[in-house]
Amino acid sequence: MTRQLTDRPAAAAGTVASDRRRGRWSARTRRDFIVFLALALPNLALIAVFTYLPLINNMYYSTLDWTLGSASATVVGFDNYINFFTSADAPKVLGTTAVFTLVTVGGSMVLGLLVALALNSEVRGTTFARSAVFAPYVLSGVGVGLVWLFIFDPGYGVLSWLLRGIGQQSPQWINDPQLSLVMVIVVYIWKNLGYCAVVYLAGLQSLPQDVMEAASLDGASGFRRFVSMAIPLLSPTTFFLLITTMLSSLQAFDLIRIMTPLGNGTSTLIYEAYLQAFGAFNRAGYSASISVVLFAILLVITVLQVRFVERKVHYS
Amino acid sequence: MSTLSPVNPDPAANAGPATGPDVPPQRPRPLSRANLVQTIAGGYVPLLLATLVVVLPLLWMVLSSFKQPGEIVTTDLKILPESVNLDNYRVAMTTVPFAQFFVNSLIVTTVGSTVKVILAILTAYALVFVRFPFKNAIFIIILVALMVPPQVSILPNYILIAGLGGKNTLWGIILPGLGTAFGTFLLRQHFLTLPGSILEAAEIDGAGHWRRLWQVVVPVSGPSIATVALVTVVSEWNDYIWPLIITDRPETMTLPVGLTLLQNSEGNGSGWGILMAGAVLVIVPILLVFAALQRYIVAGLTQGSVTG
Repeated sequence: MTRQLTDRPAAAAGTVASDRRRGRWSARTRRDFIVFLALALPNLALIAVFTYLPLINNMYYSTLDWTLGSASATVVGFDNYINFFTSADAPKVLGTTAVFTLVTVGGSMVLGLLVALALNSEVRGTTFARSAVFAPYVLSGVGVGLVWLFIFDPGYGVLSWLLRGIGQQSPQWINDPQLSLVMVIVVYIWKNLGYCAVVYLAGLQSLPQDVMEAASLDGASGFRRFVSMAIPLLSPTTFFLLITTMLSSLQAFDLIRIMTPLGNGTSTLIYEAYLQAFGAFNRAGYSASISVVLFAILLVITVLQVRFVERKVHYS
Repeated sequence: MSTLSPVNPDPAANAGPATGPDVPPQRPRPLSRANLVQTIAGGYVPLLLATLVVVLPLLWMVLSSFKQPGEIVTTDLKILPESVNLDNYRVAMTTVPFAQFFVNSLIVTTVGSTVKVILAILTAYALVFVRFPFKNAIFIIILVALMVPPQVSILPNYILIAGLGGKNTLWGIILPGLGTAFGTFLLRQHFLTLPGSILEAAEIDGAGHWRRLWQVVVPVSGPSIATVALVTVVSEWNDYIWPLIITDRPETMTLPVGLTLLQNSEGNGSGWGILMAGAVLVIVPILLVFAALQRYIVAGLTQGSVTG
């Protein structure tokens, strides 16, 4: 998102102020000052209270031994972080987060590119197909999760019926920790690959046509053109998608909550933070420390993005 | 466009009906049958496959929502329901107060989106058209807020809102989400592209900021405002984690949270029809909005992907 900003000087704002009436300069300045605050302050105050303040509060809560709902808390410094990283859960949670993020990001990007190639063909119906493929991205994760839970149902789901058709028994998707992670990953990719497809499609359509045609005249096959020209030329799109999908995968909540409420095998950082505070234990301080760890990871990714985009802009 | 796919560039050839695979191998001429087959295999088949993978589960949801428990709890799959039976919807509505959830979702979405769009318009106008010393710093603050994931703010916001007595209230659901970095950012980018001359003309006519905003800037920014409004509506309607945490009584739950409640009470094999009816009620309204206005929604959600 920052990419658009870098090439547009903010000072170019079409301000209609003119220096013609120097005499009333200060009165005018004061009036503009008040107008600005009247227009922008409500939004800015809300952002300050509900976006920035929580970041600070989270850090404070993470130093407390505090049960949610309890009136008293004791300051314990970094104990919550130490407890988390030395607990038996930490490798599991971090591992689940890594697997979930890598597989969903890789899966939706690769499949998204393939779908984008299909959408880029000059046949009828691409407009409808494009809308259809994008649709799951805007649908409620809760609704989508329930629909797929039914499909995966070992007793009466479509999948178990298909498996029986080839003489297989449906596995217990929900009870098996590893299979439940597979299940959530499949559904997450189904829901999000349309986003990657549409972004890749825009990238494909903005490829320099003359270069591609020249390669075609030189005898490069479609596959060859795709591998040695389209993919390298698409690298800015790929990088953009890598960052945005990674950020959203790290924040995935709805599907995990509805498909595997107990988080058995699907507890990522965000879900573990939720379970610790709002599940059975009400460990507010401990949960806050996990949130801070998650935030730190998201921050690193965002900074990497800004760094990379700046460098790229300078090169081009 | 055609450079990437081995597709006949002549659209007239594609419009023809599908021919059988009994094509003798011959030199690929633009209108040859071999080329048509290639068009179908390389163009239609992947397209159809991708569409089916998305459409079939949603179709299955709708079909199942009309099925009786006997049609679902069975080992041989019945694809079509015996009749368009609304019993599941009736049961869903009586097991949990679904009508109430629907009304709550409507209120939260309408109020939340309206306020957010207005705040976004006001802030973006101020950032672009009103003189103020720290505009760049303020813009950076908004930009950073855009990148703060709402999930990590859940616990502190819960403590804040619950402390104010906002638990199990609609305002408690709406309030923390009202500040809008996304809408402000998107509208600011659009306002920067407006020609200064139209505003100068209005200013010379003696129009103040308020009139310039509503009579000049807003009327020429329809598509951008629609984009912000629709993306906001979709995310408010689907919002889950925050309403889930701040409500635990059915009276103030929104649809996605209510669906969780329904899942808890119907979480056995025979309840799938009822759960699918519930899923239809939360999914179909957004699907209809998307079908009608998808141009704006796609533009808003994939915004930033292509260097503009």
